[in-house]
Amino acid sequence: MDDIQGILNAMMRTAVDPQTAAVAIAVIGLNIHFGYTGLINIGQSAFMLLGAYGFAISITQGWPLPVAILVGLAVAFVFALVLGVPTLKLRGDYLAIVTISAAEIIRYVGRSGGYESLSNLTNAAQGIAGSQYRTPFTDLSPFPTGTTQLLPFNYLDVAGGSTVVRLLGWLVVVAAIWTAVRIGRRKVGLEGSTRTLAMVGLTALVVVLLFFLAPVSQRNTGVNGWWFTVVAWILVGISLIIVLGLTRSPWGRALKGVREDEDAMRSLGKNVFAIKMQALIIGGLFGAIGGMMYVLPAAVQPDALGRSITFFAYTALLLGGAATIWGPVLGSLIFFVGRVFLIGVANTYLSSDDYLNIMNGQQTSQFAFIIVGVALMLLVIFRPQGILGDKRELRFNV
Amino acid sequence: MSETTTAKGLADPAARRQLMSGVEPEPGSSKPDPILKVDNIVRQFGGITAVDVDHLEVQRGIITALIGPNGAGKTTFFNLITGFDRPTSAGRGAHWSFDGATLDRTSASKVAKSGMVRTFQLTKALSRMTVMDNMMLGAQNQAGENLAKCLIKPFWSAQEKQVEEKALALLDRFSLLEKRKDYAGSLSGGQRKLLEMARALMSDPKMIMLDEPMAGVNPALTQSLLGHIQSLRDEGTTVLFVEHDMHVVRHISDWVVVMAEGKLVAEGPADSVMSNTAVIDAYLGAHHDTDLGDDALLSDATLEQLEAEVAAEEAEREEEQRS
Repeated sequence: MDDIQGILNAMMRTAVDPQTAAVAIAVIGLNIHFGYTGLINIGQSAFMLLGAYGFAISITQGWPLPVAILVGLAVAFVFALVLGVPTLKLRGDYLAIVTISAAEIIRYVGRSGGYESLSNLTNAAQGIAGSQYRTPFTDLSPFPTGTTQLLPFNYLDVAGGSTVVRLLGWLVVVAAIWTAVRIGRRKVGLEGSTRTLAMVGLTALVVVLLFFLAPVSQRNTGVNGWWFTVVAWILVGISLIIVLGLTRSPWGRALKGVREDEDAMRSLGKNVFAIKMQALIIGGLFGAIGGMMYVLPAAVQPDALGRSITFFAYTALLLGGAATIWGPVLGSLIFFVGRVFLIGVANTYLSSDDYLNIMNGQQTSQFAFIIVGVALMLLVIFRPQGILGDKRELRFNV
Repeated sequence: MSETTTAKGLADPAARRQLMSGVEPEPGSSKPDPILKVDNIVRQFGGITAVDVDHLEVQRGIITALIGPNGAGKTTFFNLITGFDRPTSAGRGAHWSFDGATLDRTSASKVAKSGMVRTFQLTKALSRMTVMDNMMLGAQNQAGENLAKCLIKPFWSAQEKQVEEKALALLDRFSLLEKRKDYAGSLSGGQRKLLEMARALMSDPKMIMLDEPMAGVNPALTQSLLGHIQSLRDEGTTVLFVEHDMHVVRHISDWVVVMAEGKLVAEGPADSVMSNTAVIDAYLGAHHDTDLGDDALLSDATLEQLEAEVAAEEAEREEEQRS
């Protein structure tokens, strides 16, 4: 039981991790590109990296925090313009080719030490250490120093943390999720605000129960502390509200129109190029915010924000459901938490003398990725619309 | 006579006949009140000249049909004047204007904004959007489609409501009201044609260009589509449509323009243009009257005559090649 509790605790730590939230923001941006507008951007990591560089370098140059954030956004804005002007008038494939190569160019320029004036700023492949730019952000923290455990009242306080209590708790979690899915699929006779209320209530119950069953203990303000977690998830919430507003407006409708058929939109008098450019910029700005949040608890290392982050983002998006509001967040959570689960299981049961010892520590991580890859393939074959996608959309050819 | 009275008066067939009676039934003839004027449009694909139109005028307020055999360049011509393609002769004398405004370098979306809206031969319904959303996209000048305003609902909610009412009225007229919450991709081919036409009407176009509106539509729906097209004309919209079905053309069009091998070969009222030799040749070939099963044709005299014709044609072709 302690093994299982260890895995569960590791999963919860990943679930609240600011970097998970940071990737979720970048996926929200990618959802605007790919899910709503149909732009195949395979360079979301470049938007993240540029945002991170703009932010970190501005602070190391002694500029204040708000200016640094604006610089990060401005760099991503210019990057979107540079990518969009030559490619958005062409067919979609060209954007895919250009974005993936541009992302690699940005990464290589970042890690090259050739030009001293540049590598003085970026510190080449070593990257900019987090301690050089993190201070202005940590200084903003309203939290007192120390460590906080969420929830302070948890399973250990009930009957001494007996297995029965925990099993019961997990049963309630599963039941709550199952009910939420039934309500979500409209199989329970709830409509309108009652339905929304029930969903919110069940989600809150699940979150509280998860913290009760697998409490997370972190420092309040330090690296990866609660301050980082809270800001990151508030940013996710703000991004969701913005995307909700955008996609429910006539502008969001025009995005979907462009995704479906550009010529039809032209025949209706819409400026397709302008709409695509706006979408590329907005999604890119979300990517830049995600990038800044991603490097705050870590360091700006060009290789950490490479192709694999883009592919993780696509996996999370397809998993959650493209062109849905909650899909990116749900997808990112399931992807990162699921990976930690697989690594935990492999480490505990396949790489220890207590059970099976068939792989070493390095292999367990690779094993987890193999399973993730297979799962993604199965997902695309059997549920291409993702977890939250609308199945009706798949009945006709795209 | 002011514009509005012209449009209203044209609901009467006799008035239309009278209006067009003064027009010469010649390719490229001038019309009393042209809404669209096209000059010198050439489009070549490599060595093939798909479209080569010297001059064409389309009369305001009536239904003009553009007919011609397969490969005559009708759809290419549509693409050229609506900005979806650029003529090879662009900058070398190609000129066309719509309702007084020159369109030589205008993009497809601006052409649509100026009031000339088209539909497509292969219907372009926005499949993964609801029928209602399809309709809402057709409206012009929506404040909510401006990125700067779209997040603040008061800027566009009033307009959105108007657009919605208009969309519902049009859906009702095209008997698609019950389908408004369905995805457009789930509609049948004929319903998609209706949807596309209704969507085009959302922008109150001055002229609507229909590319084979009847292709793949069942006979019952054809009747109602024809009714819709005629009622559009009666409300003052100019209609230009491409069609293969001769019955349809004869039934509803006030003026017929015939294209063959990229050129205009004939123009005229529907009933007389069909008997024009150039049109019959274009559709059926010059020897269409010849009955190949008739034994009398096997006489030596006829064979000699045919051989002479073939020789003459060959000589002509050689001469062309030499020059």
